[in-house]
Amino acid sequence: MENPSPFQKGLTGGIPIGLGYLSVSFTFGMMAVENGLPAWIAVLISMTNLTSAGQFAGTALILSNALFLEIAVTTLVINLRYTLMSFSLSQKLDPAMPILQRCLLAFGNTDEIFAVAMQQPGAVGASYLAGLITVPYLGWFAGTLLGATATGLLPPAVRSALGIAIYGMFIAIIIPPACKLRPVAQVVLLSAALSCLFRYLPGLRQISSGWVVILCALAASAFGALRFPTGQPDERDAGKEGEA
Amino acid sequence: MNGLEIPRILMGVAVMAVVTYLLRMLPVVLFKKKLENPFVLSFLFYIPYAVLAAMTLPDILYSTASLLSALAGLAAAVLLARMGRGLLTVALGAAAAVFVAERVIALL
Repeated sequence: MENPSPFQKGLTGGIPIGLGYLSVSFTFGMMAVENGLPAWIAVLISMTNLTSAGQFAGTALILSNALFLEIAVTTLVINLRYTLMSFSLSQKLDPAMPILQRCLLAFGNTDEIFAVAMQQPGAVGASYLAGLITVPYLGWFAGTLLGATATGLLPPAVRSALGIAIYGMFIAIIIPPACKLRPVAQVVLLSAALSCLFRYLPGLRQISSGWVVILCALAASAFGALRFPTGQPDERDAGKEGEA
Repeated sequence: MNGLEIPRILMGVAVMAVVTYLLRMLPVVLFKKKLENPFVLSFLFYIPYAVLAAMTLPDILYSTASLLSALAGLAAAVLLARMGRGLLTVALGAAAAVFVAERVIALL
């Protein structure tokens, strides 16, 4: 390829993201099927959501028979950051991009795709962005399908141990930034502690789990944002002690 | 199937998908102004971790056949995650610890 087209450049840029998505979505497919969802629904969730934390949390709520409103509010809260990313991406897009293309491409604005798109010099065009979304989307699809179908082949004793896999996945998302950034560690511990209070204190126990998660997360994040307003990963001084 | 019905599941999936899509789509179409408020920026940064933490504890303790095997799984997951392992390794490592712990408990 002497002179790759913008679409080809996007495709190449998306390969590492797609490979990373394979194992994450494999885990998701495994978890979803293990907890009782049919494989095709696991794949459908991945194809229509294309998020990690958001779809994991939403799926856990679906499995616990939560109210639709709880699912909606939890998804809203956990995916609120996409609003922010779409704000930024919007300013990076080719100003001439028609509104329909903007609407379509916004679907593929994941954390990783956003990060790569924002590193591009100059404005980002529709062809490049479409290419960039393609491989991760296929990776997310293939991983979910493989994870969902592989799980069915496992013996029952192994499958019962996989019930913990979804929480293992959550822990794998939470711990690395919590180790790196003290504010994240505090927010995470506070949120988990509040969630335990709601579970074990009489009187609070009646509140359904979806609302508990929302309340705990909002309170802990508000605490973090007030006390450590520099918690952004790109700010070098984040996590310094004794600033508040 | 835990007593779940397909139409209800599909409705839940649709709710997730629509909310997620609107969050991504509306800013691209509607807003031009840049977000700079540090409280809002940090709040949005913390939220996903806080949600997952509240979903993990204490529920993880009841995700297996016994509290002991769940604790073994939790410990394995935290250890592997602290070592910087990926999602799949951590999830499978936790499951392996549960599997071993349950076999050991059965022997006692």
